[in-house]
Amino acid sequence: MKLKSLILAASMAAMASGAFAAAHGGKVKVGMITTLSGGGAGLGIDVRDGFMLALKMAGADNVEVVIEDDQRKPDIAVQLSDRMIQSDKVDVLTGIIWSNLAMAVVPAATAQGKFYLSPNAGPSALAGKGCSPLYFNVAWQNDNLHEAAGAYANDAGFGKTFILAPNYPAGKDALTGFKRFYKGELAGELFTKLGQKDYASEIAQIRASGADSVFFFLPGGMGIAFLKQYKGSGVDLPLVGPAFSFDQGILQAVGDAALGVKNTSQWNKDIDNPANQAFVEGFQAEYGRLPSLYASQGFDTANLLLSAMEKADITDAAAFQAALEAAEFDSVRGDFAFASNHHPIQDIYVREVIKEGDVFTNKIIGTALEDYSNAYVDECKM
Amino acid sequence: MRRETLLNAVIMGALLLVPLWAWVADEPFTITLATRVAILSLAGVGLNIALGLGGLVSLGHAIFFGIGGYAMGILASHAQDYSPLLESPFLIEGTKSMPVIWLVAIVTSALAALVIGALSLRTSGVYFIMITLAFGQMFFFFTISWPAYGGEDGLSIYVRNGFPGLNTLDPIQFFAICFVLLSLALFASSRISRSPFGLALTAARQSETRVLTVGIDSFRLRLVAFTISGAITGLAGALFADLNRFVSPTMFSWQTSGEIIIFVILGGVGRLFGPVAGAALFILLEHFLGGLSEFWQIYLGFLLLAVVLFARGGLIGTLAGREVAHD
Amino acid sequence: MPMSMSARCSTDRPGGCKPPGQLGRRFLMSLVLLMEQALNGLQFGIMLFLMAAGLTLIFGVMGLINLAHGSLYMVGAFAAAAVAGWSGSFLLALVASLAAAALAGTLIELLVIRRLYDRGHLDQVLATFALILIFSESTRWVFGSFPLYLQVPAALAGPITLPGGIQYPVYRLLIIAVGLAVAAGLFLLISRTRIGIRIRAGENDREMIAALGVDISRLYTLVFALGAALAGLAGALVGAIQSVQVGMGEPVLILALVVIVIGGIGSIKGALVGALLVGLTDTLGGFLLPVLFGAFLEPSAAASVGSALASMLIYILMAGVLIFRPTGLYGAGT
Repeated sequence: MKLKSLILAASMAAMASGAFAAAHGGKVKVGMITTLSGGGAGLGIDVRDGFMLALKMAGADNVEVVIEDDQRKPDIAVQLSDRMIQSDKVDVLTGIIWSNLAMAVVPAATAQGKFYLSPNAGPSALAGKGCSPLYFNVAWQNDNLHEAAGAYANDAGFGKTFILAPNYPAGKDALTGFKRFYKGELAGELFTKLGQKDYASEIAQIRASGADSVFFFLPGGMGIAFLKQYKGSGVDLPLVGPAFSFDQGILQAVGDAALGVKNTSQWNKDIDNPANQAFVEGFQAEYGRLPSLYASQGFDTANLLLSAMEKADITDAAAFQAALEAAEFDSVRGDFAFASNHHPIQDIYVREVIKEGDVFTNKIIGTALEDYSNAYVDECKM
Repeated sequence: MRRETLLNAVIMGALLLVPLWAWVADEPFTITLATRVAILSLAGVGLNIALGLGGLVSLGHAIFFGIGGYAMGILASHAQDYSPLLESPFLIEGTKSMPVIWLVAIVTSALAALVIGALSLRTSGVYFIMITLAFGQMFFFFTISWPAYGGEDGLSIYVRNGFPGLNTLDPIQFFAICFVLLSLALFASSRISRSPFGLALTAARQSETRVLTVGIDSFRLRLVAFTISGAITGLAGALFADLNRFVSPTMFSWQTSGEIIIFVILGGVGRLFGPVAGAALFILLEHFLGGLSEFWQIYLGFLLLAVVLFARGGLIGTLAGREVAHD
Repeated sequence: MPMSMSARCSTDRPGGCKPPGQLGRRFLMSLVLLMEQALNGLQFGIMLFLMAAGLTLIFGVMGLINLAHGSLYMVGAFAAAAVAGWSGSFLLALVASLAAAALAGTLIELLVIRRLYDRGHLDQVLATFALILIFSESTRWVFGSFPLYLQVPAALAGPITLPGGIQYPVYRLLIIAVGLAVAAGLFLLISRTRIGIRIRAGENDREMIAALGVDISRLYTLVFALGAALAGLAGALVGAIQSVQVGMGEPVLILALVVIVIGGIGSIKGALVGALLVGLTDTLGGFLLPVLFGAFLEPSAAASVGSALASMLIYILMAGVLIFRPTGLYGAGT
């Protein structure tokens, strides 16, 4: 019920390109709806910064960006997308962090003929039956990192894993995703309360279960709390989880408790390719902090858009769709392609949390899944 | 009194004329914004019957707002998938017809309000605030973890529901529906406040013993008020879901309850048009404050604080004078 | 399932695993786990009490419902994290949390809260809701959008073994100790000291105590600052094992409200009993309900349904208590 309009278009684009070119043809107006206030603001800020950095580095003067804060509320996100489509007349929407907000916005936006490029959320409904020719996910399908964790658990020889996640759709998808690849038996399966911050009870059950490892999906503050309490409990079974609890923004708050923990991610700052090096250096120079997973996704989203703009005009939706499908841009992840349901085909890595000087960060120690797409490709009929 | 009437006319006139102007000027988003104001006002009008007339500070009105929303979401999603809602003992199909959805929303939220009211009205004062909050939290956590209708992801309805003879996808026509419903609710609300029932309710708010001595059962009075209040807020929930073509557990959150209260207080507690003024002011404020800074909620906080501390009686109370102020 | 011991049985005693012995061991293991969970519930309850004590004190003395109490909790945690990061001392961090929250409390009491004592609960709810917005976004403005680092000191980091073989984190035992000390201190303060007498007198008859020459507004500022300091201390203590981030106060605020309402608003004893009830209900419910549903549902569904019900349990408890005792367990009535 709150409306925020933060039009950074003029200032950011002007900063990015020096000046607005008066070009009319080939110009694209992007509406970015993301979370910039409240507890989840760190993710939205990273996506925005990554996206704007890509435009700046490319010197793109033909992209105008309207940025709005959704406050992590679905009804606000819907209202903003209505405004951007009806009033700002944007061509492309992007920016949403959370699956429940994406589910509120994306079907309606694509039904109105707008492209949507997802820099983060990838709910299964949009990958399967609800897929759309105009919807592209540049990050991952929601299950991907959990599936990779399952694959890693097999490689690491875990045979009795205890799994836990919050009791909401993304949590259920996480455990389903893990079990899709994991071959061992389960020592236990728990759903915790969404937003729960005390895990003494869960840790006691892990200890009593006779597990040989633990898989957990607890994004944001929940993960910070779990990791600290797990460390203090004296249970020292190996932990594995998706990258969300180990991204650059959160790691510093977890500290030592995260050291050595394995996590799965499609990106890390040490992936060795020129695009990634330029991105990591550019991000640090521009914003004075290390980039996160979310920043890399925002960066790739912008570069995907720019690559399509070079090949086709946005007014020709079919050609523009084909240009997006080609995905001919230098992803910071290295090889990148779209599956037939417009979700990435990519490698998913295993990372380990390390300390570089005073800063906690990740390094890649292996590959969990190679050239993997997702489990919903066959369900999608475009 | 005359100033307040004039002010009410100005508020409703603006709410009608701005979207009409936007329709002529082809600014569909302004119409959407006005529709939002109308719907949230309706939710506030519902709460105002409990809060303004009955003195019942409910921090759980999100329950009825959410039930209305889910009534729409569930019926429309079944109609969308062509799957029946219930097959045995008898067949219930989903529907995309607004009047049917409204009826279901009103009846279910009234029933919920009746049950929750009957339990909650055993308490009073701050305990009443808290027990309504507790019921709200139950609904919130239930919908988050209830997988059948999307859990936290909520439910998307791809096409807005229909109303016979109108094209609801056209913003101005949907606005017209909401505006008419708001006007009806305001009319009903004003009739209620002047009826013997409304007068007894006001009397019970001001002095419990006074109504007891004349033999009126204040519990039943309040329960009826709470039920009517819940039903109107439920209708608003169904419209809100149709505006967004989406429902989710956020509609049940305690912040939603808090925001409905804010509309009522900003406009002026107990004032007939208070919720309309409050909702309009709130949405406009946020629209313009949002442009100022990323930390715009700080300004919003200070503004709310100033209203509570220095502008008692809300917007209408301040502009129309305090001669008929309710405390 | 968590309590299955069949694997252990076959490896420990190959071929010699008789059903009765296995059952006995399973039962013993389950019993130990249950006791550990009860201890966890107790500990969670004490944690809630730390937060609820100040809230109920402020309500009892001034009749004020303060939603911004969660913000003071956040202020304490952020102050602790900042000072711990700068000095490296956890003790100094705790002092800072007390000082910062007391200061913030005094400030808002003088500027805002004291204008609300004569108002209805509605105005109090709205004004303190506005304070939440101001506190949250100001904190984000000062400290940024990312969570801060605050860690348990190394000396208290590990677990110790309790009788019965339960491994329990030392730090959580410390929280229990601090919570009990705060409870004892508050009882003593209210029943034995001059300030306590004035507080009790003020609760009963505000005009009378003012007429007797007690500076009632200074007393109120003092009580508010004390309540704020307790919230700040709770924020720092709990923040060290949870997470220090913007918005951390609101979920705890709701839980603390549940606690004081169950206990009866204004009663310290009620807050303690309410906190323990909520802590035990939440922890044991979350543990036992999935096991219970596991008897007739497959594991995944049982975990899901059980945890859904468990998350509603404390609100059901609260509504149940209020339906039968409309002013809480130890409430004086309104």
